[in-house]
This record gives sequence, C-alpha cells and structure tokens, in this order.
Amino acid sequence: MAPLLTVENLRIELTTRDGVAPVIDDLSLNLNAGETLSFVGESGCGKSMTALALMGLLPEKVGRVAAGKIIFDGEDLTQASPQRLREIRGNDISMIFQEPMTSLNPVFSVGEQIAEAIRAHQNLSRKAAWDKAVELLDAVRIPNPKGRAVDYPFQMSGGQRQRAMIAMALACEPKLLIADEPTTALDVTVQAQIFDLLTDLQKQSGAAIILITHDMGAVAEMARDVIVMYAGRKAEYGPVDAIIEHPRHPYTQGLISCVPHIVSDMSEERPDLVEVPGIVPSLKDFGRDECLFASRCAHRTEQCLAERPPEKPFAGGQLADCWHAEEL
Amino acid sequence: MSDLMQEPIEQAQSPLAEAWGMFKRNHAAVAALGVLALIVLGAIFGPYIYPTDPFEMVWAPFSPPGQEGYLLGTDYLGRDLLAMIINGARVSLMIGLAAAVVSIFIGVTVGALAGFYRGWVEEVLMRITEFFQVLPTLLFSMVLVALFGASLPMITFAIGVVSWTAVARITRSEFLRIRELEYVKASRASGASNRKLMFGVILPNALPPIIVQSALMVGSAILFEAGLSFLGLTDPNVVSWGQIIGSNRQYILDAGYTVTIPGIAIFVTVLAISLVGDGLNDALNPKLRQR
Repeated sequence: MAPLLTVENLRIELTTRDGVAPVIDDLSLNLNAGETLSFVGESGCGKSMTALALMGLLPEKVGRVAAGKIIFDGEDLTQASPQRLREIRGNDISMIFQEPMTSLNPVFSVGEQIAEAIRAHQNLSRKAAWDKAVELLDAVRIPNPKGRAVDYPFQMSGGQRQRAMIAMALACEPKLLIADEPTTALDVTVQAQIFDLLTDLQKQSGAAIILITHDMGAVAEMARDVIVMYAGRKAEYGPVDAIIEHPRHPYTQGLISCVPHIVSDMSEERPDLVEVPGIVPSLKDFGRDECLFASRCAHRTEQCLAERPPEKPFAGGQLADCWHAEEL
Repeated sequence: MSDLMQEPIEQAQSPLAEAWGMFKRNHAAVAALGVLALIVLGAIFGPYIYPTDPFEMVWAPFSPPGQEGYLLGTDYLGRDLLAMIINGARVSLMIGLAAAVVSIFIGVTVGALAGFYRGWVEEVLMRITEFFQVLPTLLFSMVLVALFGASLPMITFAIGVVSWTAVARITRSEFLRIRELEYVKASRASGASNRKLMFGVILPNALPPIIVQSALMVGSAILFEAGLSFLGLTDPNVVSWGQIIGSNRQYILDAGYTVTIPGIAIFVTVLAISLVGDGLNDALNPKLRQR
C-alpha cells in the first residue's frame, strides 16, 4: 500500500532581509494511514513551516516551496491550485494550533464554529451541522455537549477549548491531522488527557497524525516514528523506540538527556540534567555546506565544518545525518 | 461530583448582554438614548398626531411661538413651524441614516479589501481613500448635488461619498490587526474561502469600532445635510431642519426663533447621537471591558 503522505526532498525558502534562507532543506518522509509521526526540535528549526507547507499556507510572498514534492493521497500538493488546496484544507488535512486561547473566534459560539467548519465542506443543513457539532463535542468528551455548544470560547477553560479545536479539526473526518504543539499552552494533567483523546480518536477514525512538539516525553508516548529537526534539516529519522534506545545524532542525544524521566530509572542517584549548549544558528547561516549543529557539538571534527553530513541508514530503518553516527 | 463541575459558578453573560451592562453605566448615554428614542418616535408618529400640512399657510407670517395657538409660531410664509419641525425630523433622520449606510458600505468594502489583500490592492485603495480625504468635503458634495440635481437620494449619496474615508481607515486597521490572529489562521486551515474569512470571520470581530464610528456618522450626516440645505442645495418639495433654517435666514434679526428652533432640534439630535456613540464606545471597546 502506498503511504498516505510522502514528502520528497522538500526545500522551503523564506525571503529575509539577508537573502533567501532554506528553512526546510532536503526533507523526505513517509507516513501511512493510522500512524503517528512526530517532529521534534527547538524553536525555529522548521517544524511549523513543514506543517504550513503541507497545508499550502506558507506565508504569502515570503515563503515558497523551492523544490521537492508533497504527495498526499496520490496528489502532489506543491502543484495543486489554490482552489484545490482549499478543498483539501479542513476536509482531508486539518490542523490543531498551539494556542487554544486564541484559536477560536471570540464572537461566535463554539457550536457555530464547528458547524461552520462542517458546512464549508459538506452539504448539510444548519440543523444537521449543528447536531453533528454537538456529537463531535461529545466525542471529544466535553461534558453536557448540548449545553456547551452555545457557549462562547471565553466561557471555556483552556483544555475545553483545545478539545473544541480538536472537534473542529475532526469535523470532516480528515485523513491527516496536523497537531502543532497541541499541549504547549496547557497544564500537565490536561496535556495527558489531550494526548489520550488524540490516541483514542485516531484509533476510531484511522487518521494519520503529525505531531509537532518539543516534548520528547510526548513523542515517546504518542508516536511511532520521529523526525528530529535541526536548523531546517533532518538530524535523525526513524522509529521512536530505536531512536530513544540508541540515538545516533549528538543533537538527539542532547534532547533525550534533557528529559528527566527517560534517563533516570528512579534510581537513588539522579544525574544532573544535561543541556545542549549554544543556540540555533541564525537564518542567514541556514543552507551552508557544513553540519549546522557543529558549533554546538562535542564530537566536532574538521569534516563536520567542511561538508554537509550525508544520510546514514542503520538497523530498523533509523536514519541519521551525522559524520560520526556509527561511533555514537 | 460531576454535576458540580458542570454547573457554572456564575451565569456567564452573552456578549450582547455584557455590552448593554457596560452601556448602562454611562448615564449620559442612557439619557441620550431616551431623548433619541423620543425624537425617532416623534418623527414616525408625529405627523399622524399633529396632521397640519407643513407647506400650508395657516396664519400670518412671523407669529411668535406660543401665541395665536401655534406652539412654535409661524415662519416667513405663515407656515406652522411645529409641523415643519415634525415633518423635517423624518427627512433629517432619514438622510442621516441613509448617508451613514452609504458611507459605511463604501468604507467597509474598501477597508476590508485593502486590509485583507494587502499589496497593490491596499496601495491603490488607500491612495483613493487619501484622494477623497483631501477633497474639501462640503465643496465636493455641493458640486455633486449641483451637477446631478437636488433630490433626496442624490443628497444622501453626496454626503455618503464624501464621508466614507474614516470608516475605510478604521476598517483597514482592524483588518490588518485581526488577519494575523490565530483564529483567522485556524479558519483558513479549516478551508474557509477568502470571502468567508473577510466577512464571516474578520468583519464580525472588527465591528465594534465601526459601529461607534457609524453612530457618530449619522450625527455628522445630519449636520452635513443641514449645511447643504442652508446653502439652498435641497429638494424644495420636502422639509428638513436645515432647509427651515436656510429659508428663514434673511429674517434672522426680526424673527430669530424661526432659525433658532430648528437649530435647537439639530443640536439636540446630533448631541444625543454623539452621546449614544460615546456610550457604544464604552460598551464595545474591549479595553474598557472588565471580564
């Protein structure tokens, strides 16, 4: 079976004051229906840009797909017309945003907004769309969905709003759901609930999920595959278990050692948490023919500064872009 | 337990109820709303209650108010001033409202397109807006009325055409702000069309300042119409307050009341509208709202 989503050698360029910067540089991935793929990396590494590119929503005039293909369900989205992309958005691919506080329109009730999302793609009467909205609110486990559907966003808590956002994203039973840091703005207990909800809904609907996050814990829990991004490039790609077991890229190692509960097995002796020193290079340094992580890397050699590391395959489908991946 | 959690502690207010709550706190605005309601009721039902024809010569000219049985006296042709004020209220209010509608329609359309599409669309539309802004408004509307005839629709249109720029600028600035907000992106991501985004998502959120501006616009349109009719650019077959002042202006020293009374009517109406607009500003301005 062909994968639901295939991205081939995608390159996205942003026009900045300092010239054109490749915010996504040569990214390839596969995602099957019903599976979860996770993007991890720190701010500004191109996670959200990838999501926007999939939706055809790159910032106008500034961002563009310079090369590569995004094949979704047999159709190349980079070649699709704006009209076609609009049909796909919300219907086949939908998205949950980071800030549930600001992602709902304050002047309409939650039910109206969900019904509107349904009616944008399906030929339903107002009444039928409203009923479906109430059903969806029930599906995302909002208590008393009938009563809450008439509530305005400001009358809901953060977790409830995020649930409403999920309900809206699932309104047209998308094949692919992109969750851009869906729990960053929520507190920890609610985070777990949202992840549980997403997992359950995925089982029911068979949708593929792309989970964008910088929380390695969430990745370990939710995803099957993970892509670690650094400065617009893939650092490591492969099954989550294999990568957490044996990260082959120094950046992945750094990210994993940042998370306490993965490292320490509740031993008496708790090692100090490690940080990844330094900061992400600025946009104007993106796209250089060298390892962009080199400036922060403990394993740096001459080679790292001279040439961009190639992709190296390992057992279990793990891919790492590092000159020293075998030694790590 | 779960019942407890579902019960809201305080009954949350709908946005409208909340706005009314804020409006009520502005006492001057509430009083002005009362006055305005009286004026509107008077304009609608007055001619039935007081059926004297405003064009008919009912008594000797320049009969002062209160004497000879005419509450507001008679004008230079012996017409009943009270009947003229009542009938004039209809025309003045109608022109005020209709001109405001015209200018809001033009202004919102221009501002929305400019703020939404940015780029050359915005460039062109805003230059056009600036062009209209620097035109001397009274002169321009006089030219329009003089060229195309002093009918009510033409006067309304002329006033609307010269006063939409403020609405366009407000709408544009609101659109520029709101289009970058997360929920607009979320709407776009759920497949909303541009038209839907503009008028279904952004415009409802941009409305409060537009509503306030529109209220003030009604007041200034009434003033504008008074100005035009004072200069004689008016439909001679209808009475309006400005026209009463204009036609009696030669007798301002002998019979001041013929000018003062319609002047007071204009003053009270425009003031009431302004105060209501101020109250709307309190009610709809999110910065003044306490949640």
